Amino acid sequence: MIRQTLAVAALNFKTIPSRFWSSLVIVLGVAGVVGVVISVLAMVTGLAAAMQQAGRPDRAIVFRGGANTELSSTMARDTVTTILDAPGIRHDSTGHAIASPEVVTIVARPMRSGGSDANVTLRGVGLQGLALRPEIHLVAGRWFKPGLRELVVGEGAERQFAGLDIGRHLDLRDTDWTVVGVFASGGDAHESEILTDAETLQAAYRRNMFQSVTVQLQSPESFSQFKDALTTNPQLSVEADRESDYLAKLSKGLTTIMTLVARVVGSIMAIGAVFGALNTMYSAVSARTLEIATLRAIGFGGGAVVFSVISEALVLSLLGGALGAALAWLFFNGHGVNALGGNFTQLVFRLSVTPALMIQGIVWALVIGLIGGLFPAIRAARVPVVEALRTM
Amino acid sequence: MKYFPLIWAGLTRKKLRTILTLLSVLVAFLLFGLLQGVNAAFSSGVSGAHLDRLIVQGKVSFTDQMPLAYRAQIAAVPGVTAVTYASWFGGYYQDPKNQVFSFPVEPSTYFSMFPELTVPKDQVEALAKTRTGAIIGKKLADQYNWKIGQAIPVKSAIWTKLDGTSDWSFNVVGIFRDLDNPSQEMSLFFNNDYFDEARSFDKGMVGWYTVRIDNPAHGPAVAASIDKLFANSEHETKTVTEKEFTQSFLKQLGDVNFIVTSIIGAVFFALLFLTGNTMMQSVRERIPEFAVLKTIGFSDGGVLAIVLVEGLLLAITGAALGLAGSAAAFPLLESVVGIAHLPVSVIALGLFCAVLLALVTALLPGWRVARLNVVDALAGR
Amino acid sequence: MTHAISMVNVIKHYRRGRESVEVLHGVNLEVGEGEFVAIMGPSGSGKSTLLNLIGGLDRPDSGSVSVAGQRIDKLSGGQLTHWRAGHVGFVFQFYNLMPALSAAANIELPLLLLPLSRVQRKAKVAAVLEIVGLSDRAKHKPSELSGGQQQRIAIGRALVSDPPILLCDEPTGDLDRGTATEILDLIQLLSRREKKTVVMVTHDQKAADSASRQLHVDKGQLLDAGIAA
Repeated sequence: MIRQTLAVAALNFKTIPSRFWSSLVIVLGVAGVVGVVISVLAMVTGLAAAMQQAGRPDRAIVFRGGANTELSSTMARDTVTTILDAPGIRHDSTGHAIASPEVVTIVARPMRSGGSDANVTLRGVGLQGLALRPEIHLVAGRWFKPGLRELVVGEGAERQFAGLDIGRHLDLRDTDWTVVGVFASGGDAHESEILTDAETLQAAYRRNMFQSVTVQLQSPESFSQFKDALTTNPQLSVEADRESDYLAKLSKGLTTIMTLVARVVGSIMAIGAVFGALNTMYSAVSARTLEIATLRAIGFGGGAVVFSVISEALVLSLLGGALGAALAWLFFNGHGVNALGGNFTQLVFRLSVTPALMIQGIVWALVIGLIGGLFPAIRAARVPVVEALRTM
Repeated sequence: MKYFPLIWAGLTRKKLRTILTLLSVLVAFLLFGLLQGVNAAFSSGVSGAHLDRLIVQGKVSFTDQMPLAYRAQIAAVPGVTAVTYASWFGGYYQDPKNQVFSFPVEPSTYFSMFPELTVPKDQVEALAKTRTGAIIGKKLADQYNWKIGQAIPVKSAIWTKLDGTSDWSFNVVGIFRDLDNPSQEMSLFFNNDYFDEARSFDKGMVGWYTVRIDNPAHGPAVAASIDKLFANSEHETKTVTEKEFTQSFLKQLGDVNFIVTSIIGAVFFALLFLTGNTMMQSVRERIPEFAVLKTIGFSDGGVLAIVLVEGLLLAITGAALGLAGSAAAFPLLESVVGIAHLPVSVIALGLFCAVLLALVTALLPGWRVARLNVVDALAGR
Repeated sequence: MTHAISMVNVIKHYRRGRESVEVLHGVNLEVGEGEFVAIMGPSGSGKSTLLNLIGGLDRPDSGSVSVAGQRIDKLSGGQLTHWRAGHVGFVFQFYNLMPALSAAANIELPLLLLPLSRVQRKAKVAAVLEIVGLSDRAKHKPSELSGGQQQRIAIGRALVSDPPILLCDEPTGDLDRGTATEILDLIQLLSRREKKTVVMVTHDQKAADSASRQLHVDKGQLLDAGIAA
C-alpha cells in the first residue's frame, strides 16, 4: 500500500505546477495563519521572559497592605526599619541587611517614535540596591554617586525614549539631573527603568515615604519565615511577595489577554484557511477524476488515493507553515515592543520567536492541511470508477 | 430582476466551491469586524473628548500632585471660564481585585464641568451637604447592588487615614448616568473636603485640574499661559487638551492599531488570492457558455456585467454575514473595549472593502470574457 | 427579389501564428427566404467560417454580406451583437446549454435581451416548447435530458425570439441515426411551416439530403451555387 501511495502521490505532485495558483492559495492561507499566531504568541513569550527574568525566588518585595502595585504603596521610615529587622534576610559581611528600600515614581518622557509622551519608571534604590541585583551591569558610562543628582538609564528605556543619552539633563521637580550611565539586566523589566539613589530622589521630591522594600532572602525557603514575621506584626500592615510571583501578577493581565487574542484570532483564521484548503483540494480532485478512476480501474486501492490526496494537502500546508514561521521570525524576532506595563509605565520587551513557537505554528499548519485534505480525499476515493470513466 | 436566474446559475454551477468561498469571505469579515471594531473603539475615546476642556497635570508625571492653592491662579488666566479638580483615590471594594474608580471632587464645580454625567440637581446638593456622601455610577450601583441611602466601605490602595487604616466609608446619596460613555458609570465621586481632612499625608494637594475655556481654538495658548504660571516652581504643570490626554494613554496601550491593521492586511491578502482564484476558475470553466451568450446577442459589456455581479453578490453576501456575526459577538468584548456595539462605521467600511474585493477579483476574468472571441471559443481554441 | 442571405465575393483570412491563411477565396452565395440550404465540405474547408459570417459572428476581409437586405459587414462589433439578438438563431453540434438552468430557462435566454414583460416571455417559451414537443420537460435540467432532447431545447432557444434565419453547425453530429432523423424533421418543419430560412453546415450526406438545396465548399470556394433540382 505504501508503494501505491507513493506512486499516486508522485503523480499528484507532478501535476501541481498546472494547478499552481490553486495550490498557492493553500500555501498563502496557511502562511498567514501561522505567521499571525506565532507573532502574537511571540509577544506573550517575550513579555513573560522579561517579567520572569527580573524575578528571583530568593528575593522578596514588600509594600503596603492593600496596594496592588509599588506605585500606589506608601511606607514610612519606621515601617521600613521594622521590615529590615525581620528574620530570613541575608546579611552582608558587615552585618547589614542586604535590602533596598525604594522610591518608585514615574516620569513623562517623549518616545523616540512619534514623539508623544509616555511614562517611564524612575526607581530610587537603597545603598544595597545594586548589590541586591547582580543581574544588573553597566554597559556605558558609570554608576550614579549617592547624594548627587545622577541617573543611570536601562537599555530598553534608552532605546524607546528620547533624551536619555549619557550627558543629557532632566528637569525633575525643579531640580536638575544628569544621565551618567546605561545598564543592562538581561532583557528583564528593569531594563525599562531609570535608576538613581533613593535618598537623593526623596530630597528632590520633598518626600519622606518609600514605595517598597526589596530584600535578599537567605534562601528561597526563608520566604515563609520572613513573610510570617511581617504579617503577624500588629504594628505593620504590609504585604510580602516573592519577587517572581509579584512580577508574574503584574503581567498576568496583559499576557492573558494576548494569549486569548492569539488563540481566538488564530482559530478564526485557521477556519478560514481550512475553507480555502478544502476549496483547492476539491477542485484538484475533481480535475483529476478521470486519472483517479483510471488508476482505480488498473488496481490501485482506495486507501492509496486517500493518502495521496491528504499528503498533497499536508505538503502544501507545511510549505505555508514554514513560510509563515520564517516570515514571523524574520520580521519580529528581537523586535522591541512597547506595551503598558503594570505600573502605568511603558514596558519594553523583545519579541522572541522561539523554536517551541515555530513548532506550534507547524502543528497548526498540519492540522489545517489534514482537515483540508481529508474530505476531498474521501470523495476522491469514493468516485464510482465506471461512472467516472464514462462521463469523460 | 430578470437576469437573476442567469447569475444564480453561474454561482450554483459548483455549489460546494461557491459555499466554501462564501464561508472564507464570511470568516475574513467576521475577523475584520471584531478587530477593526476594537481598533475603532480605542480611537473613539479620543473623538468623544470635549474640545473645550483642558487638563492640568504634574509636569514630571501625571501622578504628581499639585497644591489646591493653584486653583485661584488658574481661574484668573484669560480664556478660562471654569476650574475644578479631582484626585486619584485608588479605591477597591473588599478585595484589591475589585477596583472602584473613586475620585474626591468639589461637588459645586465638578458636575457642571462634566455635563455628560447626568445626575439630578438635588443629589448633587445632597453630596455637598453630606460630608461622607458619594454619588456613584449606575453600572457600579448595579454591580454591587448599592442603593441610595446605603453606607458602603471602600478601601484605598494609596491613602491611609489619620487613624492608620485605609478603610474609608461613604453614604450613597445619588446615582449618575453617562450615556455617551457608559464605562464612566463605574466611578464614584465624593467630597474632597472629607478626603483632605481624613488623609494622613499630602494634605492640601490635588491630583489634577480640569479647566473649561471660552473657545477651543484658544486651547494651546491658554495651556501655555497656565504652565507659565508655575514654571520653575516646585510643582511644575503640564496642561493639555482632554483629547491629547486620552490619546497619550491610548498610545501607551501598545500599538494596537499597528497590530490590528497588520492582521487584517494578512487576512485580506490571503482572501484576495482565494477569491480571485475561485473566480478565475469558475469563469474559465464557463467560457463556452459565455461564448454562447454572445452568439445569442449579449454584448461584451453585458457578459462583463454578469461576471461582476456574480462577484459582488458573493462578496457582499459573505461580508454581510461575517459582519453580522461580529456585531452579534461584539457585546462580549465590552469589558475589554468599553463599548457594547460594533460601530456602524466599521460595518460601512467592511461593506466597502467587500465591494472593492469583488471588483478586484472579478475584473480580470470579466475582462477576459468581455474580450472573448466567440469564433475561437466555440471552435475550442 | 430580395434574398434572405446574399454574399458577394467574400474573402476571409485567418491568422495561424505568423501565417495568414486564406480560408474563403471570393465566395458568392444567395439564399432565398424560407429555403433550407445544406453546406457540405471536408473539415478545414471553411464551411464553419461561412456560417459565422452569415450569422454576424465574424466579418469578411472583403466583399459584402447582406442579410434581409442589410449589409451586416458594415456593422461594428457592438452593432453586430445587437443585430444578432433579433435576426439569427444558432444551433450547435454540442447543444451548448447552460447546465444549471432548466430547459425553459435555457430557452428564455434570448428573450432577456428584449423589452418584454415576464408574462410575455413565459408565453413565448411555452409556445416554443410546444413546437419542439417538450412541454412536459420544461423544468428539467440538461443533465436530465437525452442528447436529442437537449438539441431540441437548443433549437427552441434559437427560435424563441422569432429570428428569420436559423444557422445550424453540425446539428446532428453528436446524435445517433434515429434521433438525428427526428431533429432533421424538426428543422424541416421550421423551414416549411414557420418559413424560417435555414443554413445548415454538415458533413453527413443523409442530413444534407433533408435540405432543399445542397452546396459544397472546397478549398475556400463554393460550388453548386444556385437552385438545386
